[in-house]
Amino acid sequence: MSAYSTERILPVQAMSSAATAPPSVDKVDGFSRKSVRKAKQKRAQSSSQFRSQDKPIELVQLPLLKDVSAQEQPELFLKKLQQCCTLFDFMDTLSDLKMKEYKRSTLNELVDYVTVSRGYLTEQTYPEVVKMVSCNIFRTLPPSDSNEFDPEEDEPTLEASWPHLQLVYEFFIRFLESQEFQPSIAKKYIDQKFVLQLLELFDSEDPRERDCLKTVLHRIYGKFLGLRAFIRKQINNIFLGFVYETEHFNGVAELLEILGSIINGFALPLKAEHKQFLVKVLLPLHSARSLSLFHAQLAYCIVQFLEKDPTLTEPVIRGLLKFWPKTCSQKEVMFLGELEEILDVIEPTQFVKIQEPLFKQISRCVSSPHFQVAERALYYWNNEYIMSLIEENSSVILPIMFASLYRISKEHWNPAISALIYNVLKAFMEMNSALFDDLAATYKSDRQREKKKEKEREDLWRKLEELELRRGIQNSDGIIPT
Amino acid sequence: ARLRAEVLNCPSMAGADGDDSLYPIAVLIDELRNEDVQLRLNSIKKLSTIALALGVERTRTELLPFLTDTIYDEDEVLLALAEQLGNFTMLVGGPEYVHCLLPPLESLATVEETVVRDKAVESLRKISHEHSPVDLEVHFEPLVKRLASGDWFTSRTSACGLFSVCYPRVSSTVKAEIRQHFRNLCSDDTPMVRRAAASKLGEFAKVLELEYVKSDIISLFTALASDEQDSVRLLAVEACVSIATLLPQEDLETLVMPTLRQAAEDKSWRVRYMVADKFSELQKAVGPEITKNDLVPAFQNLLKDCEAEVRAAAANKVKEFCENLPEDSRETIIMTHILPCVKELVSDTNQHVKSALASVIMGLSTILGKDNTIEHLLPLFLAQLKDECPEVRLNIISNLDCVNEVIGIRQLSQSLLPAIVELAEDAKWRVRLAIIEYMPLLAGQLGVEFFDEKLNSLCMAWLVDHVYAIREAATCNLTKLVEKFGAEWAQNTIVPKVLGMANDPNYLHRMTTLFCINALSEACGQEITTKHMLPVVLKMSNDQVANVRFNVAKSLQKIGPVLDSNCLQTEVKPVLEKLAADQDIDVKYFAQEAISVLALA
Repeated sequence: MSAYSTERILPVQAMSSAATAPPSVDKVDGFSRKSVRKAKQKRAQSSSQFRSQDKPIELVQLPLLKDVSAQEQPELFLKKLQQCCTLFDFMDTLSDLKMKEYKRSTLNELVDYVTVSRGYLTEQTYPEVVKMVSCNIFRTLPPSDSNEFDPEEDEPTLEASWPHLQLVYEFFIRFLESQEFQPSIAKKYIDQKFVLQLLELFDSEDPRERDCLKTVLHRIYGKFLGLRAFIRKQINNIFLGFVYETEHFNGVAELLEILGSIINGFALPLKAEHKQFLVKVLLPLHSARSLSLFHAQLAYCIVQFLEKDPTLTEPVIRGLLKFWPKTCSQKEVMFLGELEEILDVIEPTQFVKIQEPLFKQISRCVSSPHFQVAERALYYWNNEYIMSLIEENSSVILPIMFASLYRISKEHWNPAISALIYNVLKAFMEMNSALFDDLAATYKSDRQREKKKEKEREDLWRKLEELELRRGIQNSDGIIPT
Repeated sequence: ARLRAEVLNCPSMAGADGDDSLYPIAVLIDELRNEDVQLRLNSIKKLSTIALALGVERTRTELLPFLTDTIYDEDEVLLALAEQLGNFTMLVGGPEYVHCLLPPLESLATVEETVVRDKAVESLRKISHEHSPVDLEVHFEPLVKRLASGDWFTSRTSACGLFSVCYPRVSSTVKAEIRQHFRNLCSDDTPMVRRAAASKLGEFAKVLELEYVKSDIISLFTALASDEQDSVRLLAVEACVSIATLLPQEDLETLVMPTLRQAAEDKSWRVRYMVADKFSELQKAVGPEITKNDLVPAFQNLLKDCEAEVRAAAANKVKEFCENLPEDSRETIIMTHILPCVKELVSDTNQHVKSALASVIMGLSTILGKDNTIEHLLPLFLAQLKDECPEVRLNIISNLDCVNEVIGIRQLSQSLLPAIVELAEDAKWRVRLAIIEYMPLLAGQLGVEFFDEKLNSLCMAWLVDHVYAIREAATCNLTKLVEKFGAEWAQNTIVPKVLGMANDPNYLHRMTTLFCINALSEACGQEITTKHMLPVVLKMSNDQVANVRFNVAKSLQKIGPVLDSNCLQTEVKPVLEKLAADQDIDVKYFAQEAISVLALA
């Protein structure tokens, strides 16, 4: 346990400005998007909270807490908590209107009460608070309205019972943040099972709910040291299921945001468990189809890791190269952006280890027919720190990059790209003119050599296939040659 | 196999071909290592060729170790490799050497990417059958154990798929070990592994001895069915079908039903959805008595579920469920228990529920017979034909044939017509397309008079639809109608209208004339084609739009075989020759093609 207590975690808000900056390249293609076409659709609401509605619900109106004496308050508080366990059907907008309003005002009162009152938190309050919160928030999330909900395209379905749910979340957060709150008592009720159900709720389509959950989980992680390892493990499972099984989970960005603050607090040297999390969970998240929805938060986590331990640079970059998008140009631009963030903090000794495979990929990006990809890659040459690294290692990088640059400088359809390439070539020429001249001189013969090699390959395979054919015939005829 | 292995290894032969010197492994391995992923992928896909060139021994001693060591590649390459190795038995020297393939496949079965892993497991399952019982225990089963106790969840997940293939052919001690491993994985810490185990539970139960099904499988089944994660619980429902099939009837009530009842009322809609989705299988597996007592009320609840998703899945099963009810009480159950729910679903708030119901509801008429259909079902059909959602109406119309057999379609025709007309003019072209496809069926059932009177004008209107796919389908529809109603009918009702469009100011409509002629000439026969269609086609060769002209050439090529040779020589040939000298390159091309196909040169 002591290892965890050295962990400090940042407040979520402190890093959210860095993590939630909108991805700049998100929606720039010329095709009309579903979201545009469907703009007029009204926001769908859904709720799976309420099962049967037989008869109207009656709650006995209780006096206000401020209207009773201090001695009576604790008992009244408990009674009010119990009343708030009653659930209402919000899909039926006409039923129980009066009682819905009563519960809403009671919840509001409870929020105020936990914020300002002192001495209300007796031991017997804890189970009642947790019970009330559990009753209200834990539920099976309803099926998504559209058959294949695409978070990038479709409007989220909003939780119909939000008028109550929001207050319950607010109450719970105030409760957790209260000065009188004692984790040592609460841990009996806020246990692994509670956390597991809480994590499942992150799949909610309603962004307002996920935002509340983020704060709740962050507070719990901060206050319950005994739950930290469990929370991390369950988040791992959610991410692995998301990447390898369902490709569907709405709360990835929010969980990553919390992780960003968790990683920031990891003690050094990093434990094997944390490194495994980076390599086996965070890196594969890059392969998700919906990467754009959480890429900012993901890149933030990755850079946090590298700032903690620069020796992780090589596995991280190799991982990115492994998951490099094959067909999706938008994702490729995101990868290039993340890579630049990594290169901004890379140590020169690490750079040398990874430069060859890295620049082979960059050379492919530079010659991408998609001008945004090529442009994003070529922008690296505007980054002074990256330029200095390239310059130090020009004898390795220039030969890798030269052929692509040289070819594309003449062929690229987009004049802006040609101009950028020209500048890069010029920069290389100034960096290492002798090598540059050599490469230019041998460019043609190198191409010819490649072509010759290509032809040899084809010959080899042709001969192999002839052999296969011949043996196939022998086998089918059963004739053994002498 | 032995003989062939020796032949391939025969030094004199290798010498004669010079194979060994021609294809040193280094060269081949270079290919497998090529920097370009695509080339690497190509090489892996031709791995059998490489193995053949190397011969069985060098494949075993050089190629396979290389593959085992260098397994860190792109997932796409690994997937191809995993697939190849499943077919490699002969290339390593036949069944007695098949265990050589295990090391590389074992590594592949631990890879993160699911498709690669699944493919590796598939190949392992395949080659498991080629192992002798001894090899299975010496080589294969230890591999399964290693995977089952691996550190990372991927290997344990893969192990789940391998128990059932080796269990039947190993000794009883090993069997006990396998059962123990399976038990462990069912209560694994990681939900991914529990899901994998749950999804293989039914398959594993099938190969177990009945006593162990009762002792082991049932407790695992019960545990998985009450797992904390609904994604695990719903997989147990699938297993329920296999398990129930294996057990004798008298044990079902105590061993399976408590769990099944609980699943049908699970708090997660996903689990209830699964029960609804598997309802017919469950019904068959538990037999008629339990169906009557338990499944009927459960089915009613699912049809009334609070989640539309579940109701839709249940609605889909209405016909199958009713069909499989025991005959003695079928009608009573349907009339008293199922039909009331069905009636409510007809006016459900969710369109997916209604359209799921509409796709099966007509099937009930054969089960219930004429009188019940007229009294109880017909009002429902008519209500659905007027539904606001086009998919619901379409599903009713597409299943008209079931009703036709029982009560005849005439009962419906009053409501049918407005429904068809409305669908025919729906704003969504896919809806229009769908209704066109049912036209021949409707025409057959409604008869020629009704058709001429009410539907013919619709069919002609589609020919000038602004969406090409509709015009194309409309053309095809005409052909089918002519096949149904005959050439004379065509000549009187369709041909004049089609030919009239040849003078339309819109060139797209003029082209439709040509497309219709292409489609109709064969069904209409030589006389109509020569007398009525050909003159119009020939006249259109003077059209000012090149697209029309080259379609004239294409049409002539198409209808040529229907015409007699005299007509071809005197009428068609001159026009094609003229078109072959057209200034438009495409017109020339198609005219020349027609000339050569019709042998008019």
